[in-house]
Amino acid sequence: MYSEKVMEHFANPRNVGELPGANAVGEVGNAKCGDIMKIYMKIEDDVIKDVSFKTFGCGAAVATSSMATELVKGKTIKEVLNITNKAVAEALDGLPSEKLHCSVLAEQAIKAAITDYYKQKAIDPLPIVGCDLECEDCAGH
Amino acid sequence: MEKVVYFDNAATTKVLKPALDAMLPFFNDRYGNPSSVYSVGRDAKKAIENARAIVAGAIGALTEEIFFTGSGTEANNWALKSAAELRQNKGKHIITSAIEHPAVHNTLKYLESKGFEITCLGVDKNGQISTDELKKAIRNDTILISVMTANNEIGTILPMAEIGKIASEKGVLLHTDAVQAAGSVPIDVAAMRVDMLTISGHKLGAAKGSGVLYIKKGLKLPPLIHGGGQENGERSGTEDVAGIAGLAAALEYRVSRLPLDSVAQKRDRLITELLKIPRSALTGDPINRLPGIASFVFEAIEGESMLLMLDHFGICASSGSACSSGSLDPSHVLLAIGLPHEMAHGSLRLSLCEDNTDEEVDYVIEKLTEVVAKLRKMSPVWNED
Ligand SMILES: Cc1ncc(COP(=O)(O)O)c(C=O)c1O
Repeated sequence: MYSEKVMEHFANPRNVGELPGANAVGEVGNAKCGDIMKIYMKIEDDVIKDVSFKTFGCGAAVATSSMATELVKGKTIKEVLNITNKAVAEALDGLPSEKLHCSVLAEQAIKAAITDYYKQKAIDPLPIVGCDLECEDCAGH
Repeated sequence: MEKVVYFDNAATTKVLKPALDAMLPFFNDRYGNPSSVYSVGRDAKKAIENARAIVAGAIGALTEEIFFTGSGTEANNWALKSAAELRQNKGKHIITSAIEHPAVHNTLKYLESKGFEITCLGVDKNGQISTDELKKAIRNDTILISVMTANNEIGTILPMAEIGKIASEKGVLLHTDAVQAAGSVPIDVAAMRVDMLTISGHKLGAAKGSGVLYIKKGLKLPPLIHGGGQENGERSGTEDVAGIAGLAAALEYRVSRLPLDSVAQKRDRLITELLKIPRSALTGDPINRLPGIASFVFEAIEGESMLLMLDHFGICASSGSACSSGSLDPSHVLLAIGLPHEMAHGSLRLSLCEDNTDEEVDYVIEKLTEVVAKLRKMSPVWNED
């Protein structure tokens, strides 16, 4: 059911663990639903210098987290905010339909981290991130 | 692929040698239709009747009380739908437990949609129903009780003899799904006082797609499947002679091996050693449990991830987590025993048979301990203290 890419990322997840010196941390999901993603970023001059994750969840949740960290590393905030759940799923050569919510979670985790970054700087994240992570799409998680 | 270490015998079993030997002749040698008059057909018919006698003997039934079906699921559907139909003029109330297999649970949900009223008895943390509650739930219009002999996810064995006594005193029909119990613990339909009992072949060393419904003599259960009148008109369709012969041979062999003390010892070693993992817990009844089922929850990690990592080491196991079941909710059984969702997501079931060796048990303990630690290390909800 999982692509080889998903299995590979699950077996060898990239960028696992906490990130010392992170200045942006986003956590989405909840334990009741069975998946929580936490993404740590070190942002300098609007560029994601370093990134890591911790995830509680199924194989797809771990693989999408791992892929998401790969996709954001070295990118600018603007580029990162354009990463869609579809892009995450495609980078993994697709996900089974019942696991697509994992890629949604990955997109949200990225946005949550950027939101946290601006909040820490006392800048209103909403106009930049464009989503307060409380809308319908996120409600399930 | 490396060696497979199979600890998922509650999902399905390999076909046992005696079962395979019993089956093989019926594919291309003794292949007659049991309904035919000539000798090749009569030979197949004889094989079925021989199998019926073996199954009857294995569960303390009469031969005419044994009916072969195409699965455990079919036997459950037949028992519940036909008993409901048979007794609907007396009442429409059915009692069941909160930990039944979907083959019972969803069949009763269907009957509910057809106007029957279902009372679902809750269970305690061990997965046991209260017999007092059962007594209180029985009404004048109660026509049927269906409670499983033993649970497939947590291994709890229910007190069927007590339940049977209550049902028979109240004159309510009793069905039990003994799919996980048959071949693992002794089954005696008289002692259990059941009217209907379900067995599935592939859980006890026979082929997938074979099953049995025991129907107590005198109970005129209408057929579920109509057609050419096989199985004494009760279950039509040309008989799966090989499947039937295999089921009987497997059940006979398994019953001859009871009690499964060496399996239970390995199960207990798994339990003792794996409970040394911090914040782990046994699910199901610690005492009244199937010899082959060791089931756990591990805090802060998710079941499907555990299964995938174990698969990496060649270990086959099961989980009742949402992600491994394809739904958003974890198993209804784990929720029924009172586990919060977040714990139920971290469930793991190891189910053994006589083939599992002590070396395999050691291997599973070592690798599972590693897997839990590895997943916790990447879990945002885990903290060491
Ligand atoms: C308790 C229980 N009942 C019924 C079934 C269904 O049996 P079968 O697979 O033969 O349809 C199973 C197996 O999945 C089971 O574990």
